[in-house]
Amino acid sequence: MTVIQGVHIDEQLIPILEKVSDPEIPVLSILEMGVVRSAQLDKNHVYVKITPTYSGCPAMDVIGDDINRALKKAGYTSEVELVLSPAWTTDWITPKGRAALENYGIAAPLNPEADKAVLLEGKRLVSCPQCSSKNTRMVSQFGSTACKAQFQCDDCLEPFDYFKCLK
Amino acid sequence: MMKEELYEYILGVADNSLILGQRLGELCGHGPSLETDIACTNISLDLFGQTRSYFQYAAKLIGNDATEDTVAFLRTEREYRNVLLVEQPNTDFAYTIARQFLFDVFHFLFLDQLKNSNDLNLSAIANKAIKEVSYHQRFSTDWIKRLGDGTPESAQRIQAAIDDLWRYTDELFHTSNIDDKIIEAGIGVNLSELKDPYYSRVIQVLEESKLVTPESKWFQKGGKAGVHTEHMGYILSDMQYMQRTFPNMTW
Ligand SMILES: [Zn+2]
Repeated sequence: MTVIQGVHIDEQLIPILEKVSDPEIPVLSILEMGVVRSAQLDKNHVYVKITPTYSGCPAMDVIGDDINRALKKAGYTSEVELVLSPAWTTDWITPKGRAALENYGIAAPLNPEADKAVLLEGKRLVSCPQCSSKNTRMVSQFGSTACKAQFQCDDCLEPFDYFKCLK
Repeated sequence: MMKEELYEYILGVADNSLILGQRLGELCGHGPSLETDIACTNISLDLFGQTRSYFQYAAKLIGNDATEDTVAFLRTEREYRNVLLVEQPNTDFAYTIARQFLFDVFHFLFLDQLKNSNDLNLSAIANKAIKEVSYHQRFSTDWIKRLGDGTPESAQRIQAAIDDLWRYTDELFHTSNIDDKIIEAGIGVNLSELKDPYYSRVIQVLEESKLVTPESKWFQKGGKAGVHTEHMGYILSDMQYMQRTFPNMTW
């Protein structure tokens, strides 16, 4: 299991954790999101470490509860610990996760330079998740959640969220 | 160094985020436009998240059944250590932006140093928070420029807000005896070193925004010692209402 660098998840736990999703982006599993830092089995007990995307992410409590529930259903006892270090970065979203975001209508984060250019200099570099046009512009630096900015496509005219780069 | 001293130090850091977060939260549903409303409340959420991390750690330090909630809600006015700047009201959008900008510039410089703290909990929080604060700083800097270099009305209002809030900037760099000990131990941030970069950054943005840097050298202080402006009591009565009415309530 090498979805993300430096992450240790015991093989037999993957199918269980894979089914737990981010409550705000239900198409994205918490493994694809990169918020699970470790999950280790000791006899019948599972120790899980998760890290928040943003400090104020209201989803973390729910994710913790969902993990415990999923593991209990699979016959394990468990405890979930929230760790802050190393800090989460959008680089930890897996390629599969990025594709899931795009399918869901959220533009995946660009690299840091391009991110700055679209957010600060109004450059048109983000591809519209609906029609793939790059003729898009930022409407607001903050979108429906702290991790996203609000964009609009000037070709198909659809508004959409852009997942901001966090590094 | 005693645990109680580190606890006090953490309050001095976290209360700024808590009270500013509360102020920004007041704008939920009341921002001047949908985008600014969402931006201010998102920044508020980031600040509360950071506050939670600090308070969870602080609660562990003092023990005695303390939790992040008791630390946040069950203190009296004199026990809050935030600077006066962050408790100033949302008089108009220009005030909200000026207050945010004057704090964000400090906050970014502060966290950039706290990242190097000898205390691993504090450095972890700082490493996380600084990424968020860099977005806050972009947002408020951008708006200072738009208002300053906007219409005569917007320029006049943002100038008035800067002139009024300027008196609270010097307190950002004050330290208590306890702070000094924590700084000495390599845990806290040496605030005097932040002062020059702070003012040069602020003045640079004001100039780019066609705004005048206030000349007044008279500064107000007190918040860090628990002596707050008249606004603080109102903030706390709102913020503490649920815990005072239903003690130990949880969601
Ligand atoms: Zn489009």
